[in-house]
Amino acid sequence: MRTQEQVRARRRRELLRGRPYEVLRSLRSALYELWGDKVGFFGLLVVLGLVFVAISAPLLAPHDPTAGRLQDRLTPPFWSAEGSTRFLLGTDEQGRDILSRIIFGTRVTILVGGSVVLLAGTFGTLMGLIAGYRGGRWDSIIMRIVDTQVAFPGLLLALVILAVIQPSVTSVIVVLAINGWMVYARMTRGVVLSVKETPYVDAAEIVGCRPRRVIFRHILPNLASPLLTLAVLEFARIILAEAALSFLGLGIQPPQASWGLMVSQGKNYLFNAWWLVTFPGLAIALTVLGVNLLASWLRVAADPQEREKRFAAATSQRATQGAV
Amino acid sequence: MGRFAVRRIAQGLIVIFGVTVVVFVVTRLVGDPVDVLLPLEATEQQRREFEHRLGFDRPIPVQFVDYVEDLTRFDFGESFWQHRPVMEIVLEHLPRTFTLVIPAMLLMVVLAVPLGVLAALRPGGLLDRATVVLSLIGLSIPQFWLALLFILVLAVELRILPPLGGGSPAHMIMPVLSLALPAVGRLAMIVRSSMIDELNQQYVKMALAKGMPYARVVGVHALRNASIPALTLSGWEFIRALAGYSVIVEYVFQWPGVGFLAMQSIERQDLFLLQGIVFVVAVMVVIVNIIVDILYKAVDPRVKLA
Repeated sequence: MRTQEQVRARRRRELLRGRPYEVLRSLRSALYELWGDKVGFFGLLVVLGLVFVAISAPLLAPHDPTAGRLQDRLTPPFWSAEGSTRFLLGTDEQGRDILSRIIFGTRVTILVGGSVVLLAGTFGTLMGLIAGYRGGRWDSIIMRIVDTQVAFPGLLLALVILAVIQPSVTSVIVVLAINGWMVYARMTRGVVLSVKETPYVDAAEIVGCRPRRVIFRHILPNLASPLLTLAVLEFARIILAEAALSFLGLGIQPPQASWGLMVSQGKNYLFNAWWLVTFPGLAIALTVLGVNLLASWLRVAADPQEREKRFAAATSQRATQGAV
Repeated sequence: MGRFAVRRIAQGLIVIFGVTVVVFVVTRLVGDPVDVLLPLEATEQQRREFEHRLGFDRPIPVQFVDYVEDLTRFDFGESFWQHRPVMEIVLEHLPRTFTLVIPAMLLMVVLAVPLGVLAALRPGGLLDRATVVLSLIGLSIPQFWLALLFILVLAVELRILPPLGGGSPAHMIMPVLSLALPAVGRLAMIVRSSMIDELNQQYVKMALAKGMPYARVVGVHALRNASIPALTLSGWEFIRALAGYSVIVEYVFQWPGVGFLAMQSIERQDLFLLQGIVFVVAVMVVIVNIIVDILYKAVDPRVKLA
C-alpha cells in the first residue's frame, strides 16, 4: 500500500517531467533578450556585481573598514601627487581606506534594501489581496489607511520616529518598511479586482476551492511580474532613502560603514578633501542607476502590451530598412 | 462644489489627524518623553517633578484628549530650546522654506515641460534619448550628494557663490537648483510619455488634416490633455519638496527654513517644537492637495469635483 507521502512525491515528479528543459529554455531566452537590450543588461550587471561585492567584501577590501592610522589621514586618491597606491581612493579623517569602506557599505545597502522590500512587499501584497478579494468593509478600511498614508510624505515622519527610538539598522528597516507598504497594496488590489471577474476564478470558486486556495493558487500568479518590477523599483528608492537617513545622522550609526553616513562625515571636510564625499556618493548614484535601468527593462519585458509595441516597432524598422 | 469642498476638507482632516496620532503614539508610547527631554544625570525626583509639571504622569487617553484640544487651538506649548511658543518659531521659519520651494517648483515646470514636449515630438530622436538619459541620471543621484557637489564646484573650486547660510539671493541659487533638478527629470519623463500618447490620438490627426498649424495642435490641444498627469506629479513634487526634500536641502546649505529647524529640534531633542513642525507641515500638505484638485477642474472640464 502506498503511503500519502509516496503519492505526493509521484505527483511532484509528474509535474516536473520535461520541465527542467523548459525552465532552462525560458531562462536562456530571457537572458538572450536582456543581451539585446544593452542598457538593461548593464543594470543586471550592476545588481549582480553589487551582490557579489557584498558577499565577498572581506576578501575584496584591501584594508579594515573601521580601523585606520591617524598618520594616514586625508590621503588623496592615488592619481594625485600626494596620493599613494596603498589607498586607491584615499583615506578619510581617521585614516580609514575609502575603497574598503565603500566595499563594506554594499552590505548595508543590500541588507536594508532587501529586507525593506521583502517586509513591505509581503505585508502590502497581503493587505492588497485581502482588500481586493474580500471587498466591502475590509476594502474600505485598508484603502482609507493607504490613502491617508500616501497623502503625507514619509521622510518627515521617519525622522520623528528615528529621533525618538534609537537609530540602528533594524529601526531603519522597520521605519522604511512602514513607509513603503502602500504601493504594493494599491497595485495588488488593482490586479485582484480585474482578475477576480475572470471565468477561471469563478470556476475555481464554483468547484469549491477555499478562499485561501483561490487567492494563492489562482490570483497570486497574475501578480508575479508587476510585483517583481515594483519591487526592483522600490529597491532603488529604498537605497536612496537609507542613504538620506544615514546622511541626516538618523540612519546607520558609526563606526559601521554606510554610503550615506560616509558622505555625511565627509561633508565637514568639503573644503580640503573632495574625495570623502565624491566616491561614496558616486557609489550610491551608480547603484541606483543600475537598479533603475533593470527596473525599466523589466517593466517593458514583463508587460505583454509593451512587448507588442516593441515588436511592432522593430518589424517596421526592419521593413523600412529593407525598402532602402 | 459644496459637497466637493466638504469631502476634501474631511479627507484633509483625516490626514492631519492620522499624522497627529502617529506623532503622539511615537513620542508618548514608543519613546519616553522624559528620557528625551531631560539630561541623563537627572535624579529620580527631578524626573517625577518634570513629569508632573508637563502632565506626562496622567493616563494616556487623558493626555491624548488634552493634546488634541491644544492642537485645535494651535497651541503646541513652549520650545525647550528657544523658550518661546512653538507656533511663533514655526511660522517665522515657514516663509523661508516657501522662498526655496516655490522658485524650485516654478523652475521645474519651466524646464521640464518644454523638454518633455520636444522629446515627445521625435521619439527615439537625439533630443529624446538625451532627455531620457538625463532624467534617469537625475532619478539616481542622491539629492544631498547633488547639493554637496554644487558646493564643491561652485563655492569651493570656482568661488562664485557663497557656500552656506541664507539671506541674499545668491544664497538661494544652489538650494533651489538642488530641489529643482531631480524633480525636472521625473516631470520631464511624465510629460514626454503622456505627450507621446496624446500625439498618437485620432483628434491630433484630425486637427492636422483640417490644416491647423502644427504648433497649435501640439502646444494647445495635445499639451492640455497631457498636462493632467503632469499636474498630478507636480502637485506631488511640491508636497514632497515641502515635507521631505527641503529637510535635506536646507540641512546641507544650513538654510534657516522649517526643514533645517526640524533637524535642529531633533538634535536638541525639542519634542514640542518637532510636533509643531510636523503638524504645520501636514496642514500645508493638505492645502496643496486641495489646490491641485481645484486646478484639475480648470485644466480638464470633464473632471467632476465630487
